Amino acid sequence: MKSFIIFLFLVFPVEAFRPTLLLGNLIERTCKQTPFYDLCIWSLKSNPESCNADVKKLAQIMVDSLKTKATDTLDLIDELLEDGLALDPAMRRALTSCAERYNVIIRADVPEITEALKTGNYKFAEKGTNDAAIEANSCEMEFPGKSPLTDMNKVVHDVSVVAASIVKIILNS
Amino acid sequence: MADRNPFLPVSSSDGFNPTGTQVNRRKLIKQLLTIFVGLLAVGLFAALLIGNNGSDNAHVNENEHGSLASSTSKKPESLRPVSRGPAAGVSEKSNRPFANVDGNLPWNNSMLSWQRTAFHFQPEKNWMNGPLFYKGWYHFFYQYNPNAAVWGDIVWGHAVSKDLIHWLHLPLAMVADQWYDKNGVWTGSATILPDGKVVMLYTGSTAEAVQVQNLAYPADHSDPLLVHWVKYHGNPVLVPPPGIDEKDFRDPTTAWLTSEGKWRITIGSKINKTGIALVYDTKDFINYEQLDGVLHAVPGTGMWECVDFFPVSKTEENGLDTSVNGPGVKHVVKVSLDDDRHDYYAVGTYHEKNSTWIPDQHEIDVGIGIRYDYGIYYAAKTFYDQNKNRRVLWGWIGESDSEAADKQKGWASVQSIPRTILFDKKTGTHLVQWPVEEIDSLRLNSNEFNQVTIQAGSVVPLDIGPATQLDIIAKFEIDKEALEKTTGSNLTFSCSTSGGAAERGALGPFGLLVLADESLSEQTPVYFHIAKGSDGNLKTFFCNDQSRSSEASEVNKQIYGSIIPVLKGENLSLRILVDHSIIESFAQGGRTVITSRVYPTKAIYGAAKVFLFNNATDASVTASLKIWQMNSAFIRPYPNDKKS
Repeated sequence: MKSFIIFLFLVFPVEAFRPTLLLGNLIERTCKQTPFYDLCIWSLKSNPESCNADVKKLAQIMVDSLKTKATDTLDLIDELLEDGLALDPAMRRALTSCAERYNVIIRADVPEITEALKTGNYKFAEKGTNDAAIEANSCEMEFPGKSPLTDMNKVVHDVSVVAASIVKIILNS
Repeated sequence: MADRNPFLPVSSSDGFNPTGTQVNRRKLIKQLLTIFVGLLAVGLFAALLIGNNGSDNAHVNENEHGSLASSTSKKPESLRPVSRGPAAGVSEKSNRPFANVDGNLPWNNSMLSWQRTAFHFQPEKNWMNGPLFYKGWYHFFYQYNPNAAVWGDIVWGHAVSKDLIHWLHLPLAMVADQWYDKNGVWTGSATILPDGKVVMLYTGSTAEAVQVQNLAYPADHSDPLLVHWVKYHGNPVLVPPPGIDEKDFRDPTTAWLTSEGKWRITIGSKINKTGIALVYDTKDFINYEQLDGVLHAVPGTGMWECVDFFPVSKTEENGLDTSVNGPGVKHVVKVSLDDDRHDYYAVGTYHEKNSTWIPDQHEIDVGIGIRYDYGIYYAAKTFYDQNKNRRVLWGWIGESDSEAADKQKGWASVQSIPRTILFDKKTGTHLVQWPVEEIDSLRLNSNEFNQVTIQAGSVVPLDIGPATQLDIIAKFEIDKEALEKTTGSNLTFSCSTSGGAAERGALGPFGLLVLADESLSEQTPVYFHIAKGSDGNLKTFFCNDQSRSSEASEVNKQIYGSIIPVLKGENLSLRILVDHSIIESFAQGGRTVITSRVYPTKAIYGAAKVFLFNNATDASVTASLKIWQMNSAFIRPYPNDKKS
């Protein structure tokens, strides 16, 4: 009996690893091919749909993450713009321009990427994800001084880049 | 590796066993065995785990928090989408995140409205489709998104012209109203039957996003404008065959007649990473028989989109109907590669019996050799113009700015000026492309410059007035003595990895600066660069340098170009069409072509100028040119009262 219990203790930890061995493999393999491994792993694994997902689904999960982050950023921009009197003209201009760019990410890039992934015309998914990264970067560069959006712009940029990398994997497979 | 087994007895074999009986000892042995086996199993699993994690890499990434540096080592080259650089990009600098060097220039409306072209076809968003000439009109069907300035919701736009230049918009020809094209009315090709009737085969993305081929035809064959179209009630006529992914089956070609009197088409696809062209025969465009094998395949090229297959004459200066075959005829296979968004072609021989095509030179097989255009140019397609006995090519030119800018200006994409295609008899490997002669009708006044000498390291302004709508024809001659005297070197040169027009070589670069402002803070050089090898052989390169085309940071700043064969006795010749934000340049009569999209912020309207330049160190260059102002093509909707 004792030996059985000991054996159980030996075997169970092993069993806990086995599922991630097979499934975690694709996520980890995929994320290793992106420039932001940690972000990629975290974004994918925190979405339960990543379990048993193929690369195309992983790409879509990443795009969903992009949409969420972009929406959060746009919400923040709107909040900052509502501060009306407190804003100097340069800041207001930059924020307005950023709002426009984030609108493009959410209303143009994301739908383009999603339709491209769904219909198998992957180069348009690549275009859309690349563009989202550019919009986030361009927004950050609008601020002459300190940007209130640095962290969020970086996240959106990096998530876009990861998504673009995953699309590239699909194109090359 | 952490101790996973805290309950493992520290030492089990000493056998400090108070009872010391035989039974206990056997139990002990069993216990040990079990533990040993368990350990072995754990060890095996652990080994597998570590092996798959490649833990070295994982550590690197953890420490460097996703900086660009972490993408080094062990990652395949193809996975660097960080900057738009390799794929469709801006310079690395603008995507080095948050470098915040000079701040971004947001576009103002003046800059954006200048970008609209005057004589290129462009609706809000467009791609390529089934061009044809029918009852006196050239028809252009194009992929269109009626809802946004990005790709999506694709339907068929339609425009007509008498001369391939002055286009008139017609209503949408086909929309996504059937289950078999619900997710997109994609690319197709027209075939004109012997009795003059037209059939159209096109790809539909079904409601389930499966790619299928559908048949459509004009509702009224007597309508020269072909306004209304009917989709065959029994669509789809072709579905992905076994072994072909449902998303790798699109863009059917124009059909050609076989010697058995059947129609034959080819459709691009891929198997793993090998691009292929499937072949089908049909008598009625409704029932098809897939032939064994493929027309051709090239490993490593990926998905073949917009396959085009057509004959060219080895000797005559006219085009050939798609069904023509025989001695004196070569066949061209052209593909659009999904992977790198470029159009490639190769010249070869078509063997009708087993329906295969063999390239003349395997090293420059389709997909790995010559490109139609070394700039931004995709999804090109030819058709045989029976009106003027020529084969006409046109391609889709996307934008290379940000989509935010596209949204702000309200449109994206243009069509190239249609080009005639001929076999290049001099090289035997290339095709030559040249803007259709009808574009000459847009020429207004001209300025001529003869034998202008440009010393090494100098710039010569050309006083021609406005410089945003131009047709430039130029010849260059480099100082012969310098050509001979210069010592060669083993250094390899390529336009895209060079420092652009600012990087001086002994025998180049030299050419023209277009869309340049007075101070040259913005400029787009279109130029030649001659490199001399240590064996004395000369190689000529033809490049377009976008690196200083605009002070805006979110635009493509790559340097496009390619080596260009220059035969003995040939002068260097250039033709450039400048039309606001698009530049189409043709070297050596169209042997090598480069299309660029540029978005200057200063070199616009009256501030745009043209210069000759010679940045070589060792040689002077003599240029002769003629520059015409170009009229607008006044592309507009077809007058409503005349439409059927």
